[in-house]
Amino acid sequence: MVNLFQPVEDQQATASIWALLTEIPDPEMPYISIVDLGIVREVRWQLEALNVVLTPTYSGCPARREIERSIRDALGQAGVEALYIETRLHPAWTTEWISAQGREKMRGAGVAPPLAATQEWQTLTFWPNPRAAAQPPCPHCGHTNTRMQNESSGSRCKALYHCDSCRNPFEYFKSF
Amino acid sequence: MNAPERTGTSLPNYLLRLGDSALIIAQQLCGWCGHAPTIEEDVALSNIALDLLGQSRLWLEYAGANMAPAQDEDDLAYRRDAHQFRNVLLVEQPNGNFADTQVRQFLFDSWHCLLLTELSRSTDTQIAAIATKARKEAAYHLQHSSQWIVRLGDGSARSHRYAQRALELCADYVGELFEMDAIDLEMVNAGIGADMAALQPQWQAYVEQVLAAANLVYPANPINRRGGKLGQHSELLVEVLMQMQHLARSYPGAQW
Repeated sequence: MVNLFQPVEDQQATASIWALLTEIPDPEMPYISIVDLGIVREVRWQLEALNVVLTPTYSGCPARREIERSIRDALGQAGVEALYIETRLHPAWTTEWISAQGREKMRGAGVAPPLAATQEWQTLTFWPNPRAAAQPPCPHCGHTNTRMQNESSGSRCKALYHCDSCRNPFEYFKSF
Repeated sequence: MNAPERTGTSLPNYLLRLGDSALIIAQQLCGWCGHAPTIEEDVALSNIALDLLGQSRLWLEYAGANMAPAQDEDDLAYRRDAHQFRNVLLVEQPNGNFADTQVRQFLFDSWHCLLLTELSRSTDTQIAAIATKARKEAAYHLQHSSQWIVRLGDGSARSHRYAQRALELCADYVGELFEMDAIDLEMVNAGIGADMAALQPQWQAYVEQVLAAANLVYPANPINRRGGKLGQHSELLVEVLMQMQHLARSYPGAQW
């Protein structure tokens, strides 16, 4: 929505803030930025203060404080004097918010990007067979002849997979 | 957000039940860090603990904001005694062996998922927001513990025996998960809380399905142990709190 009372230079200033935020890497996956990850929901000036709205990925994500610190550092260096970082829980973060560019960068780093998020989590569904797990295409060779080795990998958000075509292990960023 | 006056002390008490149950089971799971049977399981249990700790922080922060005088999450987590905790008794049961932990987690996760689904429709927007977020995480937790139940129950004779024994120990604490006391009913009537008694058949159906795949049998006549939601705890909780609160109490204001 365009605020008619907002000076044009403020809107331009927001664009430059977004550009700065796009340079901030995610601490767990430094090859993608926090904007690619989709956790920066809104940037706006309120009087003299800059308000940045973040939606956390997982409730217990250990990278959260680190992300806030990086934002404070980057914007502080760029001359933003008053910064207010707001946490917005609703709507909840989903892997659908990861940008196309972010997915490409993940693949480049050997991590399979998340498949489409389903609504299955809303019902109690029992999968007795782990083979029914998602089969993301291998980030190395592109084949879907893959199987899950473990649902937890190096970090909370990734699972460990094995590709039966090129016989490489890889990480899959779980859809959420 | 709802005005706290409308619900008096019931809302913060209800929130404490949610926050304390998540906090205590998170603290228990942390005990496996560095001790789980495989490194992947170590990572999985630690991450489940992290999720639950994060959820607990959100509940406690909101509970404290509705108290007079207001309290922050650290006041509530570190500066209350056992009788002031409102967690269900199931979560203070000891880690025991790996089957004990997984059975406790499975009974908790299946209940937690239903509870959070219901709370995601709460008329209190903050509760609905926290629950929706937590529910997505709880689905992964339940998937994980359900698979372990099948693996242990349908595994070796020994793992089966341990899982069945754990089930018999934990079943005594399931009744409390679904009982509805005055605070629960007040929250349901206000459109804020979840009617757990109504959800029990759904829970039973899911649990029976997993237990059938695991060749395990749900105990016939469990004793109904209760009181955790009112602050009546066993010494087990005191032990958990001694570890959890030691640093914050012995070195007030410690930073690192």
